[in-house]
Amino acid sequence: MENKKLHSVVGLFSTPDSIIHAAEKTIEKGYKHYDINTPYPVHGMDSAMKLKPSTMGYFALAFGLTGTAVALSFMYWVFNIAYPLNIGGKPNFPLPALIPITFELTVLFAAIGTVLSLLFVFFKMPDNSNPLHDTDYIKHCTSDMFGLCIEAEDKLFSEAEVKDFLAGLGATNIESIYYPKINTLPIFTKNFIIFLLCSAIVVSGAVYFVTNKLMFMTPYNWMLNQDRINAQAPSDFFKDGFGMRDAVEGTVPRDFIPEEFKASPDSAGTFLINPLEMTDAVLAKGEAKFKTFCSPCHGNYAKGDSRLRGLFPNPPTLHSKKVRNWPDGRIYHVITFGQNVMPSYAKQLSRDERWAVINYVRSLQRAFNPKEEDFNESK
Amino acid sequence: MQTDYTVETSVVEGNPSFKQIDELIGAPLETLPNRNFLIAISITASMLLTGAIALGFSLYYGIGMWGNNNPVGWGFDIVNFVFWVGIGHAGTLISAILFLFRQKWRTGIARFAEGMTIFAVMTAGLFPALHTGRPWLDHYLIPHPNDHSLWVNFTSPLLWDVFAVSTYFIVSAIFWYVGLIPDFANLRDRTKNKIKKIVYTITSFGWRGSNRHWQNYEMVYLILAGFATPLVLSVHTIVSFDFAVSIIPGWHTTIFPPYFVAGAVFSGFAMVQNCLILLRKVFHYEHIITLDTLEKMNKIIIVTGSMVGYAYAMEFFIAWYSGNSAEAFTFVNRAFGDYAWAYWIMVSCNVIFPQLFWIKKLRRSIPVMLVIGILVNVGMWFERFVITVTSLSRDFLPSSWAYYKPTLVDGGLLIGSFGLFFTLLLIFTKTMPVVSIAEIKAVLPGAQPTHHKAESNNGK
Repeated sequence: MENKKLHSVVGLFSTPDSIIHAAEKTIEKGYKHYDINTPYPVHGMDSAMKLKPSTMGYFALAFGLTGTAVALSFMYWVFNIAYPLNIGGKPNFPLPALIPITFELTVLFAAIGTVLSLLFVFFKMPDNSNPLHDTDYIKHCTSDMFGLCIEAEDKLFSEAEVKDFLAGLGATNIESIYYPKINTLPIFTKNFIIFLLCSAIVVSGAVYFVTNKLMFMTPYNWMLNQDRINAQAPSDFFKDGFGMRDAVEGTVPRDFIPEEFKASPDSAGTFLINPLEMTDAVLAKGEAKFKTFCSPCHGNYAKGDSRLRGLFPNPPTLHSKKVRNWPDGRIYHVITFGQNVMPSYAKQLSRDERWAVINYVRSLQRAFNPKEEDFNESK
Repeated sequence: MQTDYTVETSVVEGNPSFKQIDELIGAPLETLPNRNFLIAISITASMLLTGAIALGFSLYYGIGMWGNNNPVGWGFDIVNFVFWVGIGHAGTLISAILFLFRQKWRTGIARFAEGMTIFAVMTAGLFPALHTGRPWLDHYLIPHPNDHSLWVNFTSPLLWDVFAVSTYFIVSAIFWYVGLIPDFANLRDRTKNKIKKIVYTITSFGWRGSNRHWQNYEMVYLILAGFATPLVLSVHTIVSFDFAVSIIPGWHTTIFPPYFVAGAVFSGFAMVQNCLILLRKVFHYEHIITLDTLEKMNKIIIVTGSMVGYAYAMEFFIAWYSGNSAEAFTFVNRAFGDYAWAYWIMVSCNVIFPQLFWIKKLRRSIPVMLVIGILVNVGMWFERFVITVTSLSRDFLPSSWAYYKPTLVDGGLLIGSFGLFFTLLLIFTKTMPVVSIAEIKAVLPGAQPTHHKAESNNGK
């Protein structure tokens, strides 16, 4: 026993009165490092031990106010900075409606914070290393008796004297408590390092497998796979087999004015006037529409060299003298009502777009059949 | 008989010693389950299994398996939720509010009631989680950073509910665990079983009963009680906001928060009283959970039952006095409409039968209080049913009126909720001390010093 370090001398008392008395006497004697262990809180013990009032209330206050601040500032951030939402035209920081959650978070923070700081900061728990554990002394102290423990750390401590003192107070089961012999193991042995490495590999492998293979979920793509018909795709639903549908016969938009000169292309050439100027914006628009709707048959440069390679009869070139001499209104009539094999493009092209296409065709014609002045200008 | 009112009568009868208390409360934990326990748990586990099957149907085929229809979007799911959250309230009332009022008779029943709170809230929490229809997306209820930049609507009563119920659960669980630590230490030092020793060593955190710890511990216990008291009132208040903040006639009333809280305490006390009657009989705790304690609980049942009855009457008065024809129609419809049967079950169970407790003989008769306790819970379940379903089935638009009929799956979930609650409760009685060992010792006769001086600082 001599090689063991003494922790304390303890004694047991059987009534609450005797333990209160013992605590008062211990204070009188001048011991500082002592403790009273009881199965339940004994009234009056705090004043007998002359303990300072508990400060846990301040912790509760601080944690509670933290909860209030976190709740309010978080909700402010969400409603005003992260994703401002207009809910029924109400203000973005509607304080009365935020009170319930602020209250709940205040309570939550205060309760969790206070208890965690009590157990893990104040009591330094979990702590099973105290030498009192597993002694007869503590087994009585958590059950049916009241214990006084005077620790060897105390300046006035002397084993024999404390034992006499406890006996004088009427304590029973007086005994000395020693620190248990601690077997220290060297940490950085070869086996231990190998064990660490192996467990690191196993753990990281397992985590990789679980998170990337076992629990892998494809991203939600519910909206990509829709039961719909793409443009140009066939459909069995309609008799004609087309997925794309025209507007019902006779449908007209609001403010619609019927096209004039349906039966008389020459009058169209005479009376219709191109409302658009030859500007870059108009030409760009005309080019885009020409390439989309006209070029498949008329060719990219309107030379009548169809890109459809004989699937349809090749249309005539638009650089012919006849077309070059047509007025804009005459070409407009062809686009609007069709001619020979060419169908109407009135559904695909708005009126302005048709005029823009005509302007673009004019610029192509000018490019392939330039005038004298064009060469002069370029000098 | 002459009674000396200057001396407080002990809440524990028979003057047992500390050792006897240890053995009595530790006994269920140290003996194998007996026949009765096995019968009881097989019944509750079968109920739980019924619920699990109903849950399977609800998840696999979706909540179309329930009876909810177009105007009645809140059916059994919400009724059960409100019912079970209400059951939980008695536990916190006993453990926190009665603690603040220094009611020593709470000592014998507080731990068990707190356990019931936790299990009731767990059971309750299932229902709104399922009610969302896609429970696998429920994590969006809790604000967290996500790649859709979605946040919750903090101004919605339904979200307040999420925060209230989850805070309530966490704080109740903490309160409960803090109370258990000294008891775990007691069990740790008593047990001869090696595995139990390890478990109790871990769960008791190395508690030594040091008075330097007790001092702070008692302070924290007081603080927690102080926080739990407004919390428990807030929880059912917020549950009532789910209804009261809407504009449905019969829901949109300011009486709802106090009315719901009183109802919650009412049904919770009836449930605690019922369970305690069985518990004290089975585990021979008659001298710890005394007849006096049960009588005091019955008194609280009269008080809260009368408050609930007052609320029913006041709803009718306001329906007439406000001159609001929609409101008046709703209440006439409650009492004489399609759901009149449910309404009159509610009124008779909640208002009429508890009044029998005014008679002292009945108040102290175990069979009578058992029956009335069950009736109160039937009545309170129907109260939630009446509030939720009658108002919705007759909303503002007569063309959409419909009669709500629960399905078998609804019934299975209701049975399953009782199964879950009682299974957890039975497991609790065999794994943890259902009466607080430390607290009961502190109120034994002769447990406190005879001439202790007036306290200068905190504590009792």
